Amino acid sequence: MLTVEHLTVRYGDFTAVSDVSFRLEAGQWLMLCGPNGAGKSSLLGALSLRVPSAGRLLMLGQDLRTMKPAERARRIAVLAQRNSAAYAYTVEELVRLGRYAHRKGWLAAGADPEGEEKVEKALAAAGLTEYRRTSLLALSGGELQRAFLAQVLAQDPCLLLLDEPVNHLDLRYQRQLLDLVAAWAAEKPGRAVLAAVHDLSLALRYGTHALLLQSGRAAGCGTPAEVLTPERLHSVWGMDVAGWMRDLAEPWQRD
Amino acid sequence: MQKHRLAPWLMPALLPAVLLLCVCAGSVSVPPGQTLDLLWRGLWGLPLPEGSAAAIVLRVRLPRVLCVALTGASLSLCGAAMQGLLRNPLADGSTLGVSSGASLGAVLAMAFGLSVPGLPYAGTMGMAMVFAFLSLALILTLAFGLDRSLATHSIILIGVIFSMFATALTSLVISFAGEKVKSITFWTMGSLSGVNYTQAGVLAGFLAVCGGVIFRCREELNAFAMGEENAWHIGVNVRRVKLVLLMTVSVLIGACVSVGGSIGFVGLVTPHMARMVVGPNHRRLLPASLCAGAVFLMLADLLARTIVRPVELPIGVVTSLVGAVVFVVIFLGTRKGGAPC
Repeated sequence: MLTVEHLTVRYGDFTAVSDVSFRLEAGQWLMLCGPNGAGKSSLLGALSLRVPSAGRLLMLGQDLRTMKPAERARRIAVLAQRNSAAYAYTVEELVRLGRYAHRKGWLAAGADPEGEEKVEKALAAAGLTEYRRTSLLALSGGELQRAFLAQVLAQDPCLLLLDEPVNHLDLRYQRQLLDLVAAWAAEKPGRAVLAAVHDLSLALRYGTHALLLQSGRAAGCGTPAEVLTPERLHSVWGMDVAGWMRDLAEPWQRD
Repeated sequence: MQKHRLAPWLMPALLPAVLLLCVCAGSVSVPPGQTLDLLWRGLWGLPLPEGSAAAIVLRVRLPRVLCVALTGASLSLCGAAMQGLLRNPLADGSTLGVSSGASLGAVLAMAFGLSVPGLPYAGTMGMAMVFAFLSLALILTLAFGLDRSLATHSIILIGVIFSMFATALTSLVISFAGEKVKSITFWTMGSLSGVNYTQAGVLAGFLAVCGGVIFRCREELNAFAMGEENAWHIGVNVRRVKLVLLMTVSVLIGACVSVGGSIGFVGLVTPHMARMVVGPNHRRLLPASLCAGAVFLMLADLLARTIVRPVELPIGVVTSLVGAVVFVVIFLGTRKGGAPC
C-alpha cells in the first residue's frame, strides 16, 4: 500500500531522518518506535507532506507528492499528537469536516452521498453520538482526542497515521482509543495503520510490525517480537529497557 | 452551537429597521412615514415634494448611511474571516495593523496626489489595498519567524507594533502634506461624512465580490478555525486558500479605509456578538457578522453625529471606545483558555 524508499528529512544542516526505506501492506499496523529525537515525528510529517523530504513516497502505486490535497486526504488521514479547540464548534461539526475531501463540485456543501452515513458511523464508533451537539470547549482531553479520531474515521482513509495519539491520555482513554483504531483496521480489508508510540508495551500489544529508529536511521524492521528484542532496545536506549518494564509491572504480578 | 432557532433571523430583520432609523434621525429629524415616502419616490425617480427634507434624506443621509452600513458589513466580514483563518479571536484589521497600513497607503496617495485618470478614487483605493496586503504579509512573516505556531498573543503584539510604526509614518507624511493637512487628519480618524452614491456603489461592488469569495471559503474557514494542521490533513489546499483569503480581506479593508478612514475594532466586536448568537460555524457566522457589522456601525455613526450636537465626532472615535472594552474582555477570555464564546 505504502512504499517508502530512501526517505530523508533535513532541517538546515540537521538530518532528522536519513535514508529510511520500508513497505506497509494492507492489514498491517506498523509501530514507529525510538527514543526522543530519533525522527518519528519527522517521518510522519514527511508522510503527510507537512515536512519537505527527499526520497520516493508511493501510495497505492501513485507518487504521494503529485497528489492534490483532497486526493491525498481521501487516502491518508492523520491524528495529531495533541489537538485543541479555539471556538465552540460542536462535535458533529468537527466530525463533518472530515468529509471535506469527499465533497464534489464547486459548492462547499457539494454532493457527498455517503457523507451522512459515514459521519453517523464515525460518531457511533467513537461513542460520541450523545455528545454530537456538545461544544468542543466543554470536552475533556480524552473526549476531545476521541472527537478528532471520529473526524479521521469520517474521512474514510485507507491509511491512518497516528502521532503519539495517546501521549497525554489516562490509561482508560489510551485503551479505548487504541481499541477503536484496531476495530477500524479490522473492519474492512485494505486498511493499514502507522503509529508513532513511546510506550513499547503498546507497540508489542497492538502492532503487527515495528520500525525502530535511532538517530534518524532504521535500526530494525519486522514483527514487533523480532525488532523489539531486549538486546536491541538496550543498545538503542542505552539502558536495560526490558528489565525496567518488567520491574514496573512487578507489583501487579500474580503468582 | 446554535443558541436559538430564530436567532439567525434577528440580524437581517434588524437591518432595514436600523437603516430607516438612521436616515430619519439626526440634527433635523424627519418622521419615518415621510422618510419612507421620500425613499420610495427617490427609488423610482418620482417627483419630490418641496422642502429641505428631501435634500437631507436623499442627498446627505441616505448615501452616508449606505456607506456606513457597507463599511461596517465589510469590516465585520473581514474580521470574522481573519479570526477563523488565523484561529485567533483577537484578529481584526485594526489589531493586526492592516488598517494602519492601508491608511498609510491612502495618505501617501492623497498627499502626493496619486490618481488614475478616468477612475475616481482609484489612486487612494489602489494604494490602500496594496499597502493593506503588504502589511498583512509583513506581519504574518514576522510573526511566523518569531513563533511558528502563530500563537494568539505574539501575532497581536506584532500587529500593534506595526500599527504604531505605520501610524508614525502616516503622521510624517501628513506633516509634509501642506494645505491638505486638515482634511487628511480628519479622514485618518475615520469619518464617513460627505460621502456620495458613487462611493456607496464602489463599496457595494467590492463587498459583493470579496464577500462572495469569503463566503465560498466558509468550509475552509471552519477547517482553519480547528487548526491549520488539521485543515491540511483533511485535504484543504492550505497555501492557496490562505493566500486567496488574505488578498480578499486586504482588498476589502483597503476599499473601506480609502472611503472612511481607519475605523477601528468593528471587525473585532461584531463577529463576537454574532458568534454568541449563531455559534462559530462560518456558514452562519459570516452572514450574521455581515448584518451585525452594518447594524453596529450605523448605530455608532448615529451616535457620532447626534451625541454632542452640533459637533460631529469622527465615527472611529466611537467604535474605538466600544472596541477597546470588548478587546479587553475577549483578551481576558483567551487567557483563561479558549474564546469566551
